[in-house]
Amino acid sequence: MTLEDLQELSEKEQQRQSEKKHRILYCSAAGCVSCGSDKVSAALKAKIKEHALEKECEVIGTGCLGLCGEGPLVKVQSDNTLYQNVDVQAAEQIVESHIISNTKVAAHLSDMSAPFFASQTKIVLENCGEINSESIDEYIGVRGYEGLARAVNEMQPAEVTEEIRKSGLRGRGGAGYSTGLKWGIVSKAHGEQKYVVCNADEGDPGAFMDRSVLEGDPHRVLEGMAIAGYAVGATQGYVYCRAEYPLAIERLKLAIKQAEKMGLLGNRILESQFNFRIDIRIGAGAFVCGEETALLQSIEGKRGNPKPRPPYPSEKGLWGMPTLINNVETFANIAPIIRNGSDWFSKIGTEKSKGTKVFALAGNIKNTGLIEVPMGIPLRKIIFDIGGGTPDGTEFKAAQTGGPSGGCIPSDHLDLPVDYESLSKVGSIMGSGGLIVMDSTSKMVEVAKFFMQFCMDESCGKCIPCRVGTRHIYGLLDKISKKKATQDDMVLLEELCMMVKETSLCGLGQSAPNPVLSTLRFFRNEYEVLLQPVETYMGEPGVEVNFEK
Amino acid sequence: MAVKTLTINGEQYSAQEGESILSVARQHNIPIPTLCHLEGLSTVGACRLCVVQIEGIPKLLPACTTKVEEGMVIHTANEKLNKYRRMIVALLASEGNHVCAVCVANNHCELQDLAYEVGLVRVRYPYLFPKKTLDATHKDYVMDHNRCVLCTRCVRVCDEVEGAHVWDVAGRGINCEIITGLDYAWGNSQTCTECGKCVMVCPTGALFEKGVTVSEMEKKKGFLKYIITARQKKEWVSISND
Amino acid sequence: MAQGEKQQHPSGDNRFKLLDRAITKHQARGDALIEVLHVAQGIFGYLENDLLIYVARALKLPLSRVYGVATFYHFFNLKPNGEHTFVLCMGTACYVKGAEHIQTALEEHHQCKFGQTTKDNKVSFITARCVGSCGLAPVAVLDDAVVGKLNPEESIKRVEQLKNTPREVLA
Repeated sequence: MTLEDLQELSEKEQQRQSEKKHRILYCSAAGCVSCGSDKVSAALKAKIKEHALEKECEVIGTGCLGLCGEGPLVKVQSDNTLYQNVDVQAAEQIVESHIISNTKVAAHLSDMSAPFFASQTKIVLENCGEINSESIDEYIGVRGYEGLARAVNEMQPAEVTEEIRKSGLRGRGGAGYSTGLKWGIVSKAHGEQKYVVCNADEGDPGAFMDRSVLEGDPHRVLEGMAIAGYAVGATQGYVYCRAEYPLAIERLKLAIKQAEKMGLLGNRILESQFNFRIDIRIGAGAFVCGEETALLQSIEGKRGNPKPRPPYPSEKGLWGMPTLINNVETFANIAPIIRNGSDWFSKIGTEKSKGTKVFALAGNIKNTGLIEVPMGIPLRKIIFDIGGGTPDGTEFKAAQTGGPSGGCIPSDHLDLPVDYESLSKVGSIMGSGGLIVMDSTSKMVEVAKFFMQFCMDESCGKCIPCRVGTRHIYGLLDKISKKKATQDDMVLLEELCMMVKETSLCGLGQSAPNPVLSTLRFFRNEYEVLLQPVETYMGEPGVEVNFEK
Repeated sequence: MAVKTLTINGEQYSAQEGESILSVARQHNIPIPTLCHLEGLSTVGACRLCVVQIEGIPKLLPACTTKVEEGMVIHTANEKLNKYRRMIVALLASEGNHVCAVCVANNHCELQDLAYEVGLVRVRYPYLFPKKTLDATHKDYVMDHNRCVLCTRCVRVCDEVEGAHVWDVAGRGINCEIITGLDYAWGNSQTCTECGKCVMVCPTGALFEKGVTVSEMEKKKGFLKYIITARQKKEWVSISND
Repeated sequence: MAQGEKQQHPSGDNRFKLLDRAITKHQARGDALIEVLHVAQGIFGYLENDLLIYVARALKLPLSRVYGVATFYHFFNLKPNGEHTFVLCMGTACYVKGAEHIQTALEEHHQCKFGQTTKDNKVSFITARCVGSCGLAPVAVLDDAVVGKLNPEESIKRVEQLKNTPREVLA
């Protein structure tokens, strides 16, 4: 396979699709599958067959169509019509009325001009819900693997790294380190073997961006990894995917097999000298394995205990070798950057945060689902325009980003532009993209307690501040929520939070107090109304230590 | 090896490239409290007692795993560091069931020494009083989980020096526990060589010899340097247990 | 398995052959421990001591290391589950949408805490850290089927249905 072959294949696929009068897409991502999209697809196919329309119509399973809360979703691609809450009966109507007599099924119609769709900018999700997620031909049909072909045939590895650096792309896993700089470090590091690792251990509760990308467009991630492998000089890649995502794992496996068969992965990729293999490693239910050093330990078959950095994985990673670790969304941005150039990418977003960000909108919000917006968009626009605001009769209270490592953003800060720096200024983080909306029914002390329990349960137990500190912070929050605490407990709580934040070994411990600190900052009164009045104060706090010799 | 110059607590020192901050500090008798660290075993950076402040770096870094760099300006103690260290020892005190007055390692216990060193007089966190067990099935030694601080020295010495890997850590977070085999009774372990290294490196009274009573369990750690120099250099140095 | 060292499980249980195949695929390398444990649990349902010893021997790892890994990761079960499983998602989205009330209701109704199996060994109640279907919160996974937009009453009804369905029919 050469670049020309690839382009020829692409044209052939486009030709094939244009010969179809209708492409009916149904969402086959996990959310819609769990509300019955398989029955819907069966009904669609049966009706098409009944009317002998197979030649002119095809029914295709795609990745996430976005509006997960209104699933199952069906889209008629030819005239860009989206149907929501589709059941078997509605599916039959779509074929009989929309396809055959050209009358849209009004009852299930979704308004595609609504801000939910109109305010989005799609790069990472450009193919999600547009192509068959299990077909490499369809991926090639939308210029898939063209970036890889250009990289290995027309560019030097250093040029690829430079292109990524110039694009301004920053890691989408949360911390926002420059992707180009990271690649540069790995490519300069010495090691007889180098590795590329894709972090698909999306453990933040309330986040499903990576899952949707892997389920809807797995080849995009593989292509990004292969380009990275070429740039840094690695020949082996691993996708570390959490075990809770069986469908994503299945699609990845299939995609790897397809790509190997066509010479797009494996030895002498696209007839160049570049060899690159990708294997899947499955996690086993440990949030801490999203931390890069713990993830590498887990790939090596060990307990997911993080290691102190430095040395950073880019110098000493998997089996002591230089290792590049990026997350799913970062890799998903690579191919379009190489294909369209860094200038194209750096025009999107803000000065310091380029490109787009995928968010998983959930919680007390009207439109739950998957969205992609340009960096710098005001939070208000995401929540009220795209998300449609909180359900009727309730009032917006806070948005939570960054999961258990992040913080709450109250309504005063809703005009904040969504970029790495602005979010960290208000004590939250961009995180991997979970965005949970809380309304007036949410109690912030309970929310803080919920996150702290999560961190306590997920602490690996290696370092003392995180292992014992999170336990005591949880205990204090529990005491406060049960109205048994005093002002002294508040002092203790804040001291402990700062100490755990500053002394813990890894990112999990260092960020575990964030939800508490941020709710204390913005919703302190909710804590204080639960405290015992000072009158019941009982002597000096604490107990004498019994370390007497 | 290149020589690096650095400043610790306002004084200038020189060190070898690749050396840890802790190693330099120890050579010049600058006190930095440690617990999981033990010369001769791999460093894990787990107890966080040795965290130091380095100018220009916003995070506190552990002295045991951080390598020296040219021009580093390091502070090994200040009000914040002292407070955090005190809090870490307090967390340990609250986590286990430590009662010095009846402990075999009383007066010979690193946790106790640490409490004095960091000036811990009051534990403000509620004691967790965990239900822990005591394993006396081994013919020579006892493991009392009530006194274990999970420093993993026993795990490392057994794996790295003795080569038996009898011990490991099971569970996660606050429920972590040191185990032998598939959480077997120690006495039933087929891999234990009864060498006693784990007992000697244990900083507290968690691992001790049978038959000792309060304050009688002295840990002799000198063997570690002796064995390691012998292995690496074929030199058999005199044993010092200080 | 390493060459020339074919190990036959004394019980003659054929399932070990399946496990051997996975071990061979990974060239019996110690770093494949988690992969092999996944396969073992897939075949046998849970990881009993006998199985852990078999894996440790095959991968040439110390027993304590295998046990340490098996107890670190929540996905691995050292005890068998009940006939059915009810996995309640406790992700943030589900929490905000009231998963906690479902938990309390089920615990009261069945007199069985999450993390345990009912006395009749019919249903194991398990909590999960986000199953990634946040759009449908609150979500639970009943045996293999994801069910969204639950509430306490509906959950209790669903569990009753689950109890009265033989496992084979569902699979």
